[in-house]
Amino acid sequence: MDNLSATYDARGLVELDGTIPKISEIDGERAVLDARELSTRKINAELRWLLYEQGIKDVTVLNPGARHSLGTGILTRCRLTFEGSLGYFGVGLIDGPEIQINGRVGWSVAENMMSGVVVIESNAGSLAGAALRGGDLVVKGQVGARTGIDQKGGTILVLGDAGSMTGFMLQRGRQIICGDVGPGLGDSMYDGTIYVGGTVASLGIDCVEGEWTDADTELIERKFRIYGLGAPPELKKFVCGKKLYNYDNLEPSERKLVL
Amino acid sequence: MCGIAGIIYRNGDGHEQVGRDMTRMLQAMKHRGPDSTGYALYRPDAEGYVMHVKLSESNGHQDFEFAERVNRQRGEIEARVRSIGARVHSVDTSAAHAMTLTFDHDGDLKELADYVEDIRGAEVLSLGRSLEIVKDLGDADTVAADYGLNDFIGTHAIGHARMATESDVDIANAHPYWAYPFPDVAVVHNGQLTNYHQWRRRLERAGHRFQSDCDSEIIAVYLAELMAKGESLEDSMRRSLHELDGVFTYICVTEDALGVAKDELGAKPLVLYESDDIVALASEEIAIRKVVDREIETYDPYEGAVMVWTT
Repeated sequence: MDNLSATYDARGLVELDGTIPKISEIDGERAVLDARELSTRKINAELRWLLYEQGIKDVTVLNPGARHSLGTGILTRCRLTFEGSLGYFGVGLIDGPEIQINGRVGWSVAENMMSGVVVIESNAGSLAGAALRGGDLVVKGQVGARTGIDQKGGTILVLGDAGSMTGFMLQRGRQIICGDVGPGLGDSMYDGTIYVGGTVASLGIDCVEGEWTDADTELIERKFRIYGLGAPPELKKFVCGKKLYNYDNLEPSERKLVL
Repeated sequence: MCGIAGIIYRNGDGHEQVGRDMTRMLQAMKHRGPDSTGYALYRPDAEGYVMHVKLSESNGHQDFEFAERVNRQRGEIEARVRSIGARVHSVDTSAAHAMTLTFDHDGDLKELADYVEDIRGAEVLSLGRSLEIVKDLGDADTVAADYGLNDFIGTHAIGHARMATESDVDIANAHPYWAYPFPDVAVVHNGQLTNYHQWRRRLERAGHRFQSDCDSEIIAVYLAELMAKGESLEDSMRRSLHELDGVFTYICVTEDALGVAKDELGAKPLVLYESDDIVALASEEIAIRKVVDREIETYDPYEGAVMVWTT
């Protein structure tokens, strides 16, 4: 199946020969991949082969075994299901797929997602949805610290609690946290909205409570309806106070140039 | 970066394969720190004290007198332990640059450890009734094979895969750290401490000595000092959240307990798996899965978390 010519690598990180295993069971537009014996690189190579070259639209990955960086960089519309937990940097840098993870994920899940849907049945680590640009990230358990750090779009929906500095440096997009959040909520946020259902340990710098509008109600109800999460809880809205940064003001050096 | 791991059997009879478990966990996290690997392993009360001593290292491949020098050191260490009044049961000299002594001693342990360390190049890695610390350069499989750790039977263990950031790649700077001279306390740490020099000066003035230049060592001595004053492990760890600056996740073990603490930023990772008979924690879930090979429910403890489990 694969002929690994290099057997020794001092760092233990690189497989020098990356052949595609081609072991998935293919049935029409669907495929099932048992990843138990495969390395991270081979799993990802196999996924690319299935999605880009075999025209498969629906892949189920068995036994992901909490490995890191699985399902990253998928840039096509498809349906992916992981039957188990992922490690760090799971399904990052994606554009288009609908991903279901029946387990837990480690740090930095769906980092820099452009579009698509990621649904996680259990908990997620810190930095979930870091630098998210679009799409929906749904976590049915709890998340760690710094959820959606540097988020620039899209929606993060968490049914459980969230750790400290949730929405740190949020620039655009929405976060809906149904449980409690840790200290420093929305610290240094520029824009965007954070909805919190439980208690807020403390607000971060320049994060203030916002005024609820009908558009907020519509958004929350729509997201809960799409993912079949029942009736949404009572939520509070937090936005940027816009006191920390000088929006539309020129730096002294720039002012000189304009004059 | 560094990878840390801990495992404790809650209902066992003290005869669990913690050595093998720890090797599997650390080898799975080799990518977090390939420099050196260390273990702190605990067995139910051994007969008397067990002391691991690191001998001097070779001065390069032309150090022709190395073997002779190390042998002289071994003899000297044993003679000193005997001369201070300890009743030596056994001496194990199978490892290349370390030795293990088991003995009974009624006198002051600090005095004994100081006397042994007075020999040029000798360092006491661990001393206790149930603690054994083994650390060396290389990955977990290499260290475990060199020291025969996969056969270790005990109650709980912690381990560390090191990527040096603050000090040299050297056995002395590898984790875990024993809280010299407090028996049976050891610590592994992932992170950096920024008020290290302050604490080191403070603890040195209080009469403690340090084996290395590694910032993590102060955690072990700091905690052991608080516990020697009568504070519990959990209270000491809670206090450390305010008194130690920097980013850290560390695991501290004593004779019968294993505790973990995370700084108030939650900057360093930790994944926790708890069941009725086992608690396993590591920097990455992939390490836990090497011990519990099935889909499991795990979570990341939050910032400022302090948790303690007992055997």
